Amino acid sequence: MDLSYSIITLLLPLFMFLLLGLFGMKMPKKVAGILGTCAMLVTTVIAYGVALKYFFDPQYMVDGVRQGQMVFNETWLTLGHGLKVDMGIFIDPIAAMMLIVISTISMMVHLYSLGYMHGEKGFQRYYAFLALFTFSMLGLVVATNIFQMFIFFEMVGVSSYLLIGFYYEKNSAVSASKKAFIVTRFADLGFLIGIMLLAYYCGTFDFKTLMSNPGSIVNSAAGVTFLGCSAASWALALIFVGGAGKSAMFPLHIWLPDAMEGPTPVSALIHAATMVVAGVYLVARMFPMYLFTPEVLDLITVTGAVTALYAAVVACAQTDIKRVLAFSTISQIAFMFTALGVARPELHEGVGYMASMFHLFTHAMFKGLLFLCAGAIIHMVHSNEMDAMGNLRKYMPITHITFLIACLAIAGIPPFAGFFSKDEILVAVYQQSTFWGVWMSAVAGLTAFYMFRLYYRIFWWNKPDYSHHTPHDCEWVMTVPLVILALISCVAGFIPFGHFVTWNGGNYDIHIMWEVAAPSIAIAVVGIVVATVLYRKENSLPDRIASSMKGLHRAAYRRFYIDEIYMFVTHKIIFGIICRGISWFDHNIVDGFMNLLARVTNGAAYSIRKLQSGQIQMYVWVYYIGALLLALVTCLLLI
Amino acid sequence: MELTVLYYLIPSLIMFGCGVYGFITRKNLIAILISLELMLNSVDINFVVFNRFLFPGQMEGMFFTLFAIAIAAAETALAIAIIINIFRVVKNVDVENLTKMKY
Amino acid sequence: MNLIGNSIVYCVIAVAIIVFSVLSVTSRKILRAATYLLFTLFATAALYFQLGYEFLGAVQLAVYAGGILVLFVFSILLTTKPGDNAERLVSKKRKLGLTAAVAGVAVCGYALVSFFAENAASLSSAMIDVDMERIGQALMGTEKFEYLLPFEAISVLLLACIIGGVTVARKR
Repeated sequence: MDLSYSIITLLLPLFMFLLLGLFGMKMPKKVAGILGTCAMLVTTVIAYGVALKYFFDPQYMVDGVRQGQMVFNETWLTLGHGLKVDMGIFIDPIAAMMLIVISTISMMVHLYSLGYMHGEKGFQRYYAFLALFTFSMLGLVVATNIFQMFIFFEMVGVSSYLLIGFYYEKNSAVSASKKAFIVTRFADLGFLIGIMLLAYYCGTFDFKTLMSNPGSIVNSAAGVTFLGCSAASWALALIFVGGAGKSAMFPLHIWLPDAMEGPTPVSALIHAATMVVAGVYLVARMFPMYLFTPEVLDLITVTGAVTALYAAVVACAQTDIKRVLAFSTISQIAFMFTALGVARPELHEGVGYMASMFHLFTHAMFKGLLFLCAGAIIHMVHSNEMDAMGNLRKYMPITHITFLIACLAIAGIPPFAGFFSKDEILVAVYQQSTFWGVWMSAVAGLTAFYMFRLYYRIFWWNKPDYSHHTPHDCEWVMTVPLVILALISCVAGFIPFGHFVTWNGGNYDIHIMWEVAAPSIAIAVVGIVVATVLYRKENSLPDRIASSMKGLHRAAYRRFYIDEIYMFVTHKIIFGIICRGISWFDHNIVDGFMNLLARVTNGAAYSIRKLQSGQIQMYVWVYYIGALLLALVTCLLLI
Repeated sequence: MELTVLYYLIPSLIMFGCGVYGFITRKNLIAILISLELMLNSVDINFVVFNRFLFPGQMEGMFFTLFAIAIAAAETALAIAIIINIFRVVKNVDVENLTKMKY
Repeated sequence: MNLIGNSIVYCVIAVAIIVFSVLSVTSRKILRAATYLLFTLFATAALYFQLGYEFLGAVQLAVYAGGILVLFVFSILLTTKPGDNAERLVSKKRKLGLTAAVAGVAVCGYALVSFFAENAASLSSAMIDVDMERIGQALMGTEKFEYLLPFEAISVLLLACIIGGVTVARKR
């Protein structure tokens, strides 16, 4: 399979979006769903073909280094001064890896949604949006230049907005979708400014040109400084802000928990596995440039580490299972960012980059699985709250097993996928600094704790009243994706990831460093044991602990009041104080000027309206006098 | 006394002035039409006079007047048809009352 | 002798035109206004005769005085009761009308007088006969300065006008 087939993986979802969006309502729901799923299956097969061809064909290796391939590159806009925006397809290791991740998860979600969304109003619309999202996300990862990436960045934002607001009759869904869109737009503003800065100083948007000689480009922009940092640093930091907004990094994370208002498969696809890692992908894509601005990498490390701890603590106190998973996602993405931030080529052959991408890959699989399981549970229990669940292991065995696998994977227990990637991240962090290493290990322990708290609360604990209807495993379209993803989560760790994705395309052999791995396993086990003690059977111990640490618990439950701070800043300060002055100006000066114009016009009209009497004879008179005046002028001039 | 071109044009001019006065002051539509005929007639005279004094060997002015008379006849007939129709609708022919189609 | 006779005829015609024009726009009885118009038209026809355009004068008498005036009288009789007087004019309107008329006469008169004052004498009315044969040839010919096409166009116009008049004035 030639790499140029990759264009089909973009065009097919786009076509499905148009088809289902325009004509979906004309076809039966089932036909629309199956059509969308089949198209996605074809897309998946081609994406796999392209990725595998790229990874395994030796013609793309030069001196043991895998070269990025420009499959298509057409000029789209010419901006002058040699600056042009292209549209095309660029395949390199991370793009190929993302092709696999996106198509796999998207395929699973398409299949799963056939069952989950069965009978919903707007089923066809849902599949159209899924296709739009898949198209945008694939377009994002194969972008040849940063501007194309920005365009698709916005498009995934739009499709995320559409899907969060899928139940547009629910107020909470509408406000959640607006919140997500506005917060990520706000971050994208930073991204856009970063792009402009970069293009201004580098004269190109093209990734390949930028990456071919990042050092000289960064140095050429280093002369201009602002607040002590060079223009290149500012540009890259702003681009990171865009990525942080999309990837829900502290303090721009506030939209992600609310985004859980969308249908659960959407949360699995967009808000766990694919779109939220777009920020990580963006930084990874620009990584060779970031290497020349270590201060920005430090910023990324700190942001990632703080977010990881914050989200993990908040996740321990949430009671809505999707919120727990959302904060867990934030925490895990923060792991990826931290790994990128500490990656240096001189440290262990740039293991951080590889670890970050590896974790992105495995996390997509097990977090997608967790969300799909949560979807199955919510589908049965009709509630997001933990209190409505319990003892479900007896009713939903397949969901139980797959959920357990995912929990073990995220907790970092070998031999499941999460262990390997998380271990590589910890190795990379310890290489850079012991402080952040200990910090991240602690977060890993918390991860194990809150995931197993979730697990026990759902599948053990007590047995609420299920008398109105008994939960059971869902139909096959919903369980098959669970099983497939669980299998991937079991074996993904053994993929020799370093052979495929490294920061420079070279080879890297993963070997477990037991002096790092053993303590992290121990911490994870401790976390699991604590969760087991507290939550296996219904008891009052958790409540007592919560009340003994009342302030902390409440703060964590209220997400450390970050949303309230935002509300305070936007409503009280911006709307209340700044906007009042602007409003006064608008009402009195701007409107006043307009009113003055209107009043003058009105007065003039009143005074001259007698001319418009409607009496033809008056009109004739005026006309006649005018003609006479003209005649008089002519006479005086000629005679 | 020799009758120059001015002798013929002055009465025509006065006739035209009368037409203008009538057109502006009269209220009855038919009276307005009569004023219109006066103005038209004065213009006809002008054509003929200019033909006679400037180009005596040709007949353009005369023919123009001839056709103008024919057109005036047509126009008057149509105008009177309209006036009669208006009379049927509003029961008089005052120009100041014709406000039905204004709004 | 001829010259004096001509002058006398001219004076009569000019006075008739001026007087009857003024009367036809100031008379408050509409039927009288129409009658004064008839006299004006007669005077105009006489002017044409005096200038040597016998055919044109005949057409003026036949079409204007004979045709259009009859139409006027009919429509006046249809739309006004016999004893009706027009209302007195509002003085403002009268002022406006007078201004317009006087201004028009003044401007045009000034133009005429100042233009023809010196070169009017050079223009003489050479009395060249316009005989019927030439008129007939010109009216029916298709050469330059011949008017078959306008003639036909006028006939179509008159037809259209007849149909239009019937349609508009018809009782529905």
